[in-house]
Amino acid sequence: MDDFYRENILDHYRNPRNAGTLEDATHTHEENNPLCGDVIRIDLHVNDDNVINEVAFKGRGCAISQASASMLMEMIQGKTLDEAKAIGKEEILEALGIEIGPTRLKCALLSLKVLKAGAYGLSESEWNKDDDW
Amino acid sequence: MFDVEKIIQDFPILNQGGTSKPLTYLDSTASSQKPTAVIEAMDTYYREYNANVHRGIYQISEKASDAYEKSRKKVGRFINARNWREIIFTRNATESLNLVAYSWGQANIKAGDVIITTEMEHHANLIPWQQLAARNGATVKYIPVTEQGYLDMAAFEAMLSPEVKLVAVTQMSNVLGTIPPIDDIIEKAHAVGALVLLDGAQSVPHMPVDVQALDCDFLAFSGHKMLGPTGIGVLWAREEILNAMPPFMTGGDMIKHVSFEGSTWNDLPWKFEAGTPAIAEVIGLGYAVDYLNTLGMDNIRQHEIDIVTYALDQLNQVEGLRIFGPKTPENRGGSISFTLGDIHPHDVSAILDSEGVAVRAGHHCAMPLHEKFGLAATTRASFYIYNTNSDVDRLVIGLDKCLNLMA
Repeated sequence: MDDFYRENILDHYRNPRNAGTLEDATHTHEENNPLCGDVIRIDLHVNDDNVINEVAFKGRGCAISQASASMLMEMIQGKTLDEAKAIGKEEILEALGIEIGPTRLKCALLSLKVLKAGAYGLSESEWNKDDDW
Repeated sequence: MFDVEKIIQDFPILNQGGTSKPLTYLDSTASSQKPTAVIEAMDTYYREYNANVHRGIYQISEKASDAYEKSRKKVGRFINARNWREIIFTRNATESLNLVAYSWGQANIKAGDVIITTEMEHHANLIPWQQLAARNGATVKYIPVTEQGYLDMAAFEAMLSPEVKLVAVTQMSNVLGTIPPIDDIIEKAHAVGALVLLDGAQSVPHMPVDVQALDCDFLAFSGHKMLGPTGIGVLWAREEILNAMPPFMTGGDMIKHVSFEGSTWNDLPWKFEAGTPAIAEVIGLGYAVDYLNTLGMDNIRQHEIDIVTYALDQLNQVEGLRIFGPKTPENRGGSISFTLGDIHPHDVSAILDSEGVAVRAGHHCAMPLHEKFGLAATTRASFYIYNTNSDVDRLVIGLDKCLNLMA
């Protein structure tokens, strides 16, 4: 249980990076987790070179969902849309650095789900393919 | 190696001491017996990790959720679904069929449309289509059954037209045992743009079923006929069809977002699983699938062909006994319905019961079919993995006793 209160998770939860919204967002998307009610909205600004030069997220929910969103913002800032597309489940879990049970996995991956749907129009079944069987 | 004596050891109900006569169970078409592995898996859930699924942030709930979803994957692989999202847990095949009739049917069947089914359907694959047609002004047409128990395929072809939207047909008759030419039916139905629903209540427990190879659109089956518990059934359908269907039942677990103004639906498969599901039963069904996989569905089918071959041969020697359905084992499953002279099937069944032989007597949820053959009822003996030729012998001895008592 101590794992869930690891310092880097609590740090991102208490001091989320890129919290807020963007006025000139090129992409905006919001999803919720029906199981626990967590909500995350992500705003991106993608410039003419296809680089994500501004990011912001706004949300409500548990430490895992909010910290992973904050971490994801740091991961994609400055990357091209194509580069950011390569980020998957493993990268998020690695950033969190803790064992995640099946129920909390939904919390941990909510921000990724918002990014995949908002920036690439992908439903969860399309990017979470390795979960088919 | 298919070792029936070893299989029997796995079924506690077939190994009860103390009774004067051992149980000869010949009613697996109605419901199969359960192996120890299935009974213990459900018991372990209740004793060790009983909790609701998909909600709790604690270990036993996560363990229950994990076991529940693992079973879904086992069932999906068992029928070769494309992915686990195509597996919807219901209460039984009947509920699966009603789900399709209400959800898909209400959205897709319009006045003037035609639904084709057959004269040999179980009521569960007949009444939902009658009701749907009555609600929406459509027509139900029935593929006739021949005297020999086969479908009249020429009549089927004559029914096909662009108005046909659904062909709902059993993959193995629960009365006649008939295995219809499903590949042919699917190809011809698809050629006029109709979807094909298979009632797999008898086929899935008794033979290999591969939904991708079949290229069908819906498949409904029950857990309790395939070594699993009662109260759990399955609907399989192609993902794109399920995605386009509205929910059947609404409530908890099937939603994405709910407000006082309205609601949005959860992803597949949970969109169709409102409320707390039959958790222990789903877990039990997963263990039943494991058991069937260990034996191998090809081996199970071969075992039943062997026992049906022997049974048809032995039953044909019983005076006045008339068998309904195909006489060739490769065209039929393990259900053998018959009449014995003019002795009422209830009397036959009661006398057999006094000999420890359990069979079904009645119309077997197929009244129109019995009417067609001019019968009120038949007696049905059906076979599964734990039956042997000795069971056939005990049946025949019992039938001889019927003749002696009643003739």
